[in-house]
Amino acid sequence: MKKASIIMIIGSLLLLGLFKFPLWNIMLGAPQYPDPLGMNIYINGIKGVSEFDLQNIDGLNHYIGMKKIPKADEMWEFSVFPKVIFGMSMLGIIIGLLGYFSKISYKYFIGWFIAMSVLGVLGMYDFNNWLIDYGGNLDPHAIIKVTNPDGSPMSYKPPLIGFKKLLNFDVTSLPHTGGYLMFIGMALTIVAFWLGRKASLKKRTS
Amino acid sequence: MKNIIIATFTTVIALTTFTSCNNSGKPGGKSGALGSNIAEKVYVAPGEHDEFYAFMSGGYSGNVTVYGLPSGRMFKEIPVFSQFATSGYGYSEETKPMLNTSHGFIPWGDAHHPDISQSKGELDGRWLFINENNTPRIARLSLTTFETEEIIEVPNSAGNHSSSFVTENTEYVVAGTRFSVPIPQRDMPIKEYKGNFQGALSFISVAPETGNMDIKFQILMPGFNYDLSHPGRGKSHGWFFFTTYNTEEANTLLEVNASQNDKDFIAAINWKKIEDYVNNGGGTMMPANYAHNIYDEETHTATSTMKKEVRVVNPIEVPGAVYFIPTPKSPHGCAVDPSGEYIVGNGKLSANVTVHSFTKMLDAIKNEKFAGEAYGIPILNFEDVLAGVVNQAGLGPLHTEFDGKGNAYTTFFISSEVVKWKLGTWEVIDRKPTYYSVGHLTIPGGNSGKPQGKYMFAMNKITKDRYLPTGPEMEHSAQLYDISGDKMELLLDFPTHGEPHYAAAMEASIIKEQSQKIYKLADNKHPYAAKSDADTKVVREGKDVHIYMTTIRSHFSPDNIEGIKVGDKVYFHITNLEQDFDVPHGFAMIGQTNSGLLIMPGQTKTSVWEPKEVGVWPFYCTDFCSALHQEMQGYIRVSAANADTPLKWSLGEDIE
Repeated sequence: MKKASIIMIIGSLLLLGLFKFPLWNIMLGAPQYPDPLGMNIYINGIKGVSEFDLQNIDGLNHYIGMKKIPKADEMWEFSVFPKVIFGMSMLGIIIGLLGYFSKISYKYFIGWFIAMSVLGVLGMYDFNNWLIDYGGNLDPHAIIKVTNPDGSPMSYKPPLIGFKKLLNFDVTSLPHTGGYLMFIGMALTIVAFWLGRKASLKKRTS
Repeated sequence: MKNIIIATFTTVIALTTFTSCNNSGKPGGKSGALGSNIAEKVYVAPGEHDEFYAFMSGGYSGNVTVYGLPSGRMFKEIPVFSQFATSGYGYSEETKPMLNTSHGFIPWGDAHHPDISQSKGELDGRWLFINENNTPRIARLSLTTFETEEIIEVPNSAGNHSSSFVTENTEYVVAGTRFSVPIPQRDMPIKEYKGNFQGALSFISVAPETGNMDIKFQILMPGFNYDLSHPGRGKSHGWFFFTTYNTEEANTLLEVNASQNDKDFIAAINWKKIEDYVNNGGGTMMPANYAHNIYDEETHTATSTMKKEVRVVNPIEVPGAVYFIPTPKSPHGCAVDPSGEYIVGNGKLSANVTVHSFTKMLDAIKNEKFAGEAYGIPILNFEDVLAGVVNQAGLGPLHTEFDGKGNAYTTFFISSEVVKWKLGTWEVIDRKPTYYSVGHLTIPGGNSGKPQGKYMFAMNKITKDRYLPTGPEMEHSAQLYDISGDKMELLLDFPTHGEPHYAAAMEASIIKEQSQKIYKLADNKHPYAAKSDADTKVVREGKDVHIYMTTIRSHFSPDNIEGIKVGDKVYFHITNLEQDFDVPHGFAMIGQTNSGLLIMPGQTKTSVWEPKEVGVWPFYCTDFCSALHQEMQGYIRVSAANADTPLKWSLGEDIE
């Protein structure tokens, strides 16, 4: 159980990587952009991969009537997400510590994982909603208006994950370092649960 | 599944992009014995990069062109001494001061010998220096922005030809005079040339951090013609060598009268000794008048300052500093091998190449074995200093460079060939024809302690039938040779712009990493910059009207301007707000009598327009900047001189 608890603590600590590394990354390459433009999505705001990428993405997007990429203070998510991540990390550490001193059962580990997963899915859902609005809520006076075959305006929503071709741009959306650390951390909490369970079964059978 | 593969692949590409910037430069072919396919050796596949940069002088174009090797593709022309309507250099208000001289504004120059800055005898890729022969000047170009940053005029000089070569730590860039003149200039009979005219050799210090140039001292030498020069390096660091012709001191029909002496001289200058002398107060300050022009990258503006004195040194007042080495037949090129031991004099009316020994020269000086003196300067014995002679190598040797593997390569103008010979044994190893009448040749790093001897290219003076004909006037031609094997192999012909008298070349790695992509708008300190739409305005000061204008894809701001009058002087101060690589905007105004502008991201440039007729006149962007480039235009309303049309401007709405 001690080993399981330590893994639980390490897993929870890995969430803190999100304060240093981006959660997600969207890259936009085009024939004119052999060095693609890119945005790194942190839990507390969006930054360009290179110094002027956001400005250049906004500059290009004005042709098709997209809104500017929101600043940190323009979306509530960027103030709430850091709190949630920090809270969940602390909670995971506390659970791990309590587990270490055998105050609580290993089942709390999976409980934390489920809670984190629910929050994660909600976060993704919210992120996707923003992408839909960002890509679809266009200025009616846009310089270039592209319609789908059925006449409806084309959406420039970047993919939530994976690759999509948007006009001349190849858009790739994938988790970044912070995101991967979070996934590894969450995976470790399942390992912690599994080890805790194994230890507990062993104790019962012996 | 396919999407995931593509996504993964794209991410890998993206990650590579962040970590390694750009590794796409690859050498173009197979090595030595396997290289049967010559085309493959110069083929640089689409999107791939050349292995070397070559900076060619433009001769009478006054500019520098940038080439890639081995492909022979030209990438850019950098304006230096000549106005350049393409970008507005020498036409814009900011760059006009770059072409200021003691003779006033000069729109043209004759650019000769580029040289790349060095640290510890190796090319460091920071700056390129180049001389202007006609109105003596030295320019310094940045190899991060590929723009001319500084030009200094050289007083007391005429025909600034034995220039602009740098010492091994870029302590000095050196400029020598080809035409001796009265110093100071005065009204005197030409026939009194002999004994009265002098030749100034200028040592221009280069500030280690900024590169800023300052004439530290000029050595006033006898009135010979100082043709070319080279720094000592390694063991001979601290010395500089100049070839001379017209030691006869003829002032007319030089082709005959300056070709009488069997031997002219190589002047060996111990500049360290003169530097010490000057640092201890030696030499005299002489009244002079010369321009020093500096371009500031932050204000995007050049300033010209007239300097009023220069320090001159009489060489006979510094014992042991200057010697003459007899060298046959009006030597042209002066070359020092990478070790610093051999000093090659290319007697251009000779069939031989003469090589002097630095060690033997020091011995002769130590033992005071002199053959005589000229104007108080000791002349060494030819035989005492001679290291060897490359006999009957060809006709008309002009210039020599080295591959760093113990071989030298000499051009022969008259027999139109390059000859490879061995240092020390003086035997000819190989010869290859050039097309036609080669002047100088370049080996990347050839003028340094560490040549990068893979390629050599010859810059020819005569083109004739090498390309599709273009009437009587043609571009010159260069030939690229592979020198990695024992025998030279001709790989490629390529046309060059102007008349390249020499080129400096080096491996691309250092320069391509430092090459700047944009100018940061935040660093722009131009006094008339408009850094955002909110800063745009039109200000009248009497007859002068200043328009603070911005460009961004795809509009000017403002694009409607009223209240301009006939007789006004309108200054368009245009700031390109883009911060994206390779998104310049252009500017052209109907009836403009200077040139258009090409404005790089983050830059501000100014063009003057003097409207002469009432009307509504358009301006537009000349650089196809975006899908809406054709829409990037505006109008200026010009009213009569006595009209009371108010000064107004707008973007996106009508002027009310």
